[in-house]
Amino acid sequence: MGGGFGPLLSFLATTRGGLDGHLVGALRKARSSVQSSLVTRVIGIALAAVVIIYLSPKVYALGPSYFLRIVAVGVALGAIYALIAIGYTMVYGIVELINFAHGDVFTLGAFISLPLLVTPFWHLTEETGGGWGIVLPLIAVFLIVMLITGLINVGIERVAYRPLRNAPRLAPLITAVGVSFFLEGVMYLWKGAVNLHYPDLLPSNRFVGGTFSAKDVIVIVAAVILVAGLAFFVNQTKLGKAMRATAQDRDAARLMGINIDRTISATFFIGAVLAAAGGITYGLYINSVNNGLGFPIGLVAFTAAVFGGIGNIPGAALGGLIIGLIRATNDGYVDPQWTDVVTFAILILVLTLRPTGLLGMRVPEK
Amino acid sequence: MALLELEGVEASYGRIRALRGISLVAEKGEIVALIGSNGAGKTTTLRTISGLMHPAAGSIVFNGKHITNEAPDRIVQLGICQSPEGRRLFTRMTVVDNLRMGAYTRSNAGEIKKDMDRVFELFPRLKERRNQIAGTLSGGEQQMCAMGRALMAKPKLLMLDEPSLGLSPILVETIFDIVREINAQGTPVLLVEQNAHKALEIANRGYVLETGAIVQTGTGKELLESAEVQKAYLGM
Repeated sequence: MGGGFGPLLSFLATTRGGLDGHLVGALRKARSSVQSSLVTRVIGIALAAVVIIYLSPKVYALGPSYFLRIVAVGVALGAIYALIAIGYTMVYGIVELINFAHGDVFTLGAFISLPLLVTPFWHLTEETGGGWGIVLPLIAVFLIVMLITGLINVGIERVAYRPLRNAPRLAPLITAVGVSFFLEGVMYLWKGAVNLHYPDLLPSNRFVGGTFSAKDVIVIVAAVILVAGLAFFVNQTKLGKAMRATAQDRDAARLMGINIDRTISATFFIGAVLAAAGGITYGLYINSVNNGLGFPIGLVAFTAAVFGGIGNIPGAALGGLIIGLIRATNDGYVDPQWTDVVTFAILILVLTLRPTGLLGMRVPEK
Repeated sequence: MALLELEGVEASYGRIRALRGISLVAEKGEIVALIGSNGAGKTTTLRTISGLMHPAAGSIVFNGKHITNEAPDRIVQLGICQSPEGRRLFTRMTVVDNLRMGAYTRSNAGEIKKDMDRVFELFPRLKERRNQIAGTLSGGEQQMCAMGRALMAKPKLLMLDEPSLGLSPILVETIFDIVREINAQGTPVLLVEQNAHKALEIANRGYVLETGAIVQTGTGKELLESAEVQKAYLGM
């Protein structure tokens, strides 16, 4: 766990709103929106100008195919961040909890998939791997792991968050940190605190002068399919609409006959399903996982969720993509050691200048 | 047997007692008005019937069934639906989706469609704005949407909390006409109102609440003519 945790916790504890309260509702109310949007715009444009002036000679010097490679990696990583960020944002939207255990649920997905890659029915290792033969078994692994991880997250909500639903908001935040430690501990006891090799199953053919690899494409396509499935579920199905209704007004949802325990469970299930898929995708893409992975990656995904507008699902997807691109750009053109600094500087800037994020609520709440 | 019967219901918010033994009855086919000033316990009474709050003492019987400690979703299934104070629409959903949420506990698509048409007949404005985001509707339209949403549950008892609050006089007129129309079509209504005059005019019977207790009851006409009610609530 990082050292910056205490201030973050107390910050979150002091910002409480009503049912539709936002992360920094107080801050937003404190100043006139006209003034703040003008200040935000000026600072945003100034920052963008500085970044562009700073980066363009480097981009020019390293050539177009390097640039495309960075974009490919950025989009692929961004797609994985998006899968995690959606879980943060959905859970925040419905129970106003920053689920700090969510990153570890992502790692858990990768861990559960490791033994499942090798079963009596299929044998997905680097020796046997490759070719179209892996497609169906891999999809099966995805589905099984998503189901198991989803159910585990439903259990976590039951045990660690539901009993505290009417408690002050700091309480479930603390149990979320506790669950995070717990999951990391379980994975440590299971596999140890080492970097585990994750089998490199995806083809690594390259296209367009070596810029795009088949891996990038597969990761991006997988994420797009999952997000499209989620969008369909949330916007078109009865349960999905009930989840949105619960997020918008819990008591009104109850008065419509919606069982909010069930919709909240469903939210945790879906968040974990996407995070688990992200975990497997990450393993297949990076080929290395460890038990502590979820915390740093989770924080980046959380930043993505805030960037896009916490509580807003398309925002989380967009935020993930942008954060992935920014991190890849920084890795490729500046210095990888500064990538986390840049990421969390963005978190701070967004929280202070535009707490509702890129796609924050545009509609009056009441 | 009464449709809804509250017997000695007490409820509190923490240490503050909001209801101090409420007993009231609503029969099939009636409009029953609950009137009283701010903080008298009108909304709390509705919240307790809906199951959003559970009474500390007393019993609530609906259609011969004890619902005193049932969960809200179960109570909706049994046939009580409420249009809450302040409308409480799902502001980021369309009008049609809000109405569909009202029918959440129902599954017969054909009947739901029929009731949707009925709601659009009662509220032609909603039909015009069916695909608009509910948060962008005017106050009167939002109130119509909230009432329509509650009707979509096909309730055996419709509870309306302050349907005329914050509306222009002409819209207040419209809303009360529609309440009467809904009742005429066969749905009993439990109506909570600050606009005591209008409420008692259309109500078969009424109850007057003061600091969490019922202080007076009678037919709508009797209460309209009662000296205490005239003095306290009708400004005469």
